[in-house]
Amino acid sequence: MLYVGALVLLPVASLLRGALGGGLRAFAEVLARPDVLSALVMTAKLTAFAVVVNGTLGTALAFVLVRDRFVGKRLMNALVDVPFALSPVAVGVVLLSLFGKGGLLRPITDALGVEVAFAWPAMAMATAFVTLPFVVREVGPVLEEMGTDQELAAYTLGASPFVTFVRVTLPGIRWGLAYGATLTMARAIGEFGAVLLVSGGVAGQTETATVFVYRALEDRDDRGAYVVATVLALASIGLLLLLDVVRKKRGSRAEAEG
Amino acid sequence: MAAGTYLLLMVALPVATLAREGLSKGLAELGRALFHPVARAAVLLTLETALVMAAVNAVMGTLIAYVLVRYRFPGRKLLDVLIDLPFAIPTLVTGMMIVTLLGPHAALGQLFEAAGLRVVYAPPAIILSLLFVTLPLVVRTVQPVLMELDGADEEAAYTLGASEWTTFRRVTLPAITPAIVSGALQSFARALGEFGSVVVVAGNIPRRTLTAAVHVFGEVESGDVHAASAMSLVLVTISFCVVLVVSARQRGGHG
Repeated sequence: MLYVGALVLLPVASLLRGALGGGLRAFAEVLARPDVLSALVMTAKLTAFAVVVNGTLGTALAFVLVRDRFVGKRLMNALVDVPFALSPVAVGVVLLSLFGKGGLLRPITDALGVEVAFAWPAMAMATAFVTLPFVVREVGPVLEEMGTDQELAAYTLGASPFVTFVRVTLPGIRWGLAYGATLTMARAIGEFGAVLLVSGGVAGQTETATVFVYRALEDRDDRGAYVVATVLALASIGLLLLLDVVRKKRGSRAEAEG
Repeated sequence: MAAGTYLLLMVALPVATLAREGLSKGLAELGRALFHPVARAAVLLTLETALVMAAVNAVMGTLIAYVLVRYRFPGRKLLDVLIDLPFAIPTLVTGMMIVTLLGPHAALGQLFEAAGLRVVYAPPAIILSLLFVTLPLVVRTVQPVLMELDGADEEAAYTLGASEWTTFRRVTLPAITPAIVSGALQSFARALGEFGSVVVVAGNIPRRTLTAAVHVFGEVESGDVHAASAMSLVLVTISFCVVLVVSARQRGGHG
């Protein structure tokens, strides 16, 4: 009890004290700064990107891993967890050696005229990468448990694969998907190491909220760092509560059907 | 097959790139990058702090899981939710919180300093932030296993006159040990690559408080992508081996 209190609650309390030390008005003033705003918007965009990409492709991946039988499936299954094992800075290093100066894919991106490293595409890739496993790992078990009976019944009744997916499968995996997406959001908001390496850190342009906090700390802009860190912490606490709600929904559903 | 392509592009390609980049100048150069005194000290510090963290986490995580499953008390629900907080809070923010709480300007930090213990910008702060970041791993691995033990064995032990401690040690612990080991291994793997919180609390003095992940960052900043790749490759190899061990244990029905 004491251990959790000391390890978790004390730090959160001290952060809040640092941020609200100058009163609410000062807090709001910092929030309205253009560099702060653009950093928060950047984080929101990257998070949305990660949720959409991993929500769709992650679900597809879970499908393939649960339903299909093919050579190399175990390898593929193991690959899904790689992002969890990879240090965020390593992810940044990979993106730099692919898209940075003299990078492997640099000729292609240069020919296309796209700037990847030190711009939003690399940051989006970094965010999508580190959050890849969540949806797959939450949707997978649900799919497994659901089995294929209902889907086969729908086929027998003449439903097309698309209709079957939308009307039968999707409602079944809904809460698993929601849970995975919420985890993705939480992780994407907090991603720092990988994004820091590839962001180039141009204030007001390619800075995410976490990168902003880091730079603010370096520049001794303590006020800015505290305010943005508090916003991040509050967002994550909000997501945590949301996770708890989703978990209950999912739990009650499983009980009702089990 | 879009899903498979996505996976290949997103996961296999990065790992291959890392390997290629790290080995691009040959094994000798890889060795030189790794046996540089600063790099070697960074790897050692990372392994040491991760090991201490995993040990503390195994004990405290088990204790928390036990309390959460076996006792009913006001605030239990809240505690259960709090356990996941470290997963949700950005690691960089974790680092800031620790500095605010225990840094040289904080009351608690001065208290420790007066007692002769330097916490922030020293290894204890690294261990502390690793503990915070990995707190859920052991708890969440042990908790479901404990919940599944129906308590009949424990009750039998009580009936035969065993104390709570003896029962825990002789009956409960053997049943949950595989889960504890899995959780501790996972937290160890996670800790090796931890960057956001450590970069803020460690002070990052080469050979003393510079961890491997922060070293990678430093090498990138100074433009040496090769050394950065070499070190990343080492980190990735170690954590991936640990993860493989964990999943092999789980598949074997021990987790």
